[in-house]
Amino acid sequence: MIEIAIRGVGLLAPGLIGWDAGRAVLAGLSPFRPDAVPDPDAMILPPNERRRSSDCVRWAVQVAQEAMTQSGLDPRDVPTVFASSGGEMGVFDKLCRTLAMPERAVSPTLFHQSVHNAAAGYWGIATAGQQSSTALSCYDDSFAAGLLEAVTLVQVERCPVLLVAYDLAVPSPLSQARPITTGFAVAIVLAPPADHSSAVMRVRLEEGDVVSACGLVAPVLEGVRQDNPAARSLPLLSAIAAGGGQTVKLGLLESQQLIMELGPCRL
Amino acid sequence: MPPSIQPMAPLLLSAYTLVTANGRGVGPVLEALRTRRSGLTPCDFEDVTLKTYIGRVAGLEEFSLDHDLAPFDCRNNRLAWLGLQQDGFMVAVAEAKQRYGAHRIAVVMGTSTSGILETEHAYRVRDPLTDELPEWYRPRYRYTHNMFSLGYFVRTCLGLKGPALVISTACSSSAKVFATAARLMQTGLCDAAIVGGVDSLCLTTLYGFSALQLLSTGPCRPCDEDRDGLSLGEAAGYALLEASDKVGGRGTVALLGYGESTDGYHMSHPHPEGVGAMRAIKDSLIRARLRPEQVEYVNLHGTATVANDSVEDKAVYGLFGARPACSSTKGWTGHTLGAAGITEAVISALCLTHGFMPGTLNCRRVDGSLKSRILRENQTGSVSCVLSNIFGFGGNNCSLVLGKL
Repeated sequence: MIEIAIRGVGLLAPGLIGWDAGRAVLAGLSPFRPDAVPDPDAMILPPNERRRSSDCVRWAVQVAQEAMTQSGLDPRDVPTVFASSGGEMGVFDKLCRTLAMPERAVSPTLFHQSVHNAAAGYWGIATAGQQSSTALSCYDDSFAAGLLEAVTLVQVERCPVLLVAYDLAVPSPLSQARPITTGFAVAIVLAPPADHSSAVMRVRLEEGDVVSACGLVAPVLEGVRQDNPAARSLPLLSAIAAGGGQTVKLGLLESQQLIMELGPCRL
Repeated sequence: MPPSIQPMAPLLLSAYTLVTANGRGVGPVLEALRTRRSGLTPCDFEDVTLKTYIGRVAGLEEFSLDHDLAPFDCRNNRLAWLGLQQDGFMVAVAEAKQRYGAHRIAVVMGTSTSGILETEHAYRVRDPLTDELPEWYRPRYRYTHNMFSLGYFVRTCLGLKGPALVISTACSSSAKVFATAARLMQTGLCDAAIVGGVDSLCLTTLYGFSALQLLSTGPCRPCDEDRDGLSLGEAAGYALLEASDKVGGRGTVALLGYGESTDGYHMSHPHPEGVGAMRAIKDSLIRARLRPEQVEYVNLHGTATVANDSVEDKAVYGLFGARPACSSTKGWTGHTLGAAGITEAVISALCLTHGFMPGTLNCRRVDGSLKSRILRENQTGSVSCVLSNIFGFGGNNCSLVLGKL
């Protein structure tokens, strides 16, 4: 059993723009209106980097910035974990189109944008951070795997950790192979618990599949949860929005479950 | 409240294996290192016409994955499969499964491009009118190109049910797997871990590095005064990590420490003063409870790009001075990108076990501006402690310290 505090949350998805607005929707206090998401400001990116960055990077950086601001921590002190099922699918589409043409004229920018740690790298540049940074994937369970990595980092290094999970809508024709129809990005700042912590959860890993992971999510959001791997975070986010005092289970590869007993939350 | 870096308990590499352009299994790799036989050859990958050399693993076109593994069939997973067959690795994992149970063994893999070659192929034959991808490709994305494909494949082959994930931080991917596995074990979420990495040749990296003007026209020449870039390679490597109080004994190779950092500087250029690199090295020494003077050999990242070798030299010289022997083994394997971490960790284990240090292959005259003690010829003699550096795109750095118990 590992005790972990939650210090900040960032959120970006259709109808869930920012944690303040999103929390009200998740708690059932505001209606869910999934309008298109405007291109995120990602203000923390220097103009040159912002211009070169992919959509994925701007979504990830936007929620990272929101969660870090809420935590009040200096981002230069905070290691990061970026979790995404497919990473830069929009970049892969452009790259594979270019490679299918006779000239194969790949641009240096397109190539460096294609790495799975692009968002992590841009965040590091924007914050001048030198702490460790991991980018990972676990297909549909990427959020749970990222949470596991972040929780072990907090526990071993006794420091706050920024977890960012994101997947964007997959462009055609790649969407025929991986149909994700709407973008979803979430960031959570996790930390060792302290006396003043406004949310603490007890985390453990158990054998067995999660039979019903969706019990905590409003029916209107269940489609979102199933559509996008990053939205597998919705049961945890909904529990936080509801003020905590609940147990959340996230499946990990059909053989294990990450169980989070959430205390009272003020986030 | 920045991270507090604490000494760690050593983790045994109780089994390990490696496939590179030099051969299948640690035997041929060791033989190539000792006889200074490079695996680099002129690029003949598919229809690529770039003037460069590659470290290509022979035989990947001559078989396919079948039965239950058929959906996973792609160059990257064929290479992954070939790796699993060497050095009795699967037997060692089966024994570990008996000891701990399938749920208590994690799988942490690293790759940079996974099976993207499948998607490259599919895009070439998409419907010219509708832009649709071919039928054969669509159900296979999950099992081939998706970044988790390698983790899914290895976990399936080994019949494991513990936590699994794929780390993809470009070149540092399969060095960082050791750190993630160490944390999972330290927090009690598993008892043992399969760590490793697999990366295979594809058009994305060949044309991508060419676009960045980082490909050498000949076999790469790390630390040479005339070095002109890297040679791409492919590799698969694995290690079984276990706690030293449960198995092993004197003489076994162990992970003593790891250090991770980022440059926070640029996506594709290293920090000019190597500050991120120095931090990763320092943290790895703290975790290993070692002073710099106890490191006898540094297996450099040594990609043979002008910038990498010069910045890495600043970091290594800054921390160690000119005392430890330093060399790069990229002249044998090429830069295996997401598999570079495990490739060089296994080579480091071979140096410790067999008592030798490889001199930098293809380095004819050491760049006079490098201050570290760059080894050009192989040296034999007992080695007790090796530092292996891996630095990657996005300014992502990882250093590992390996030693003998």
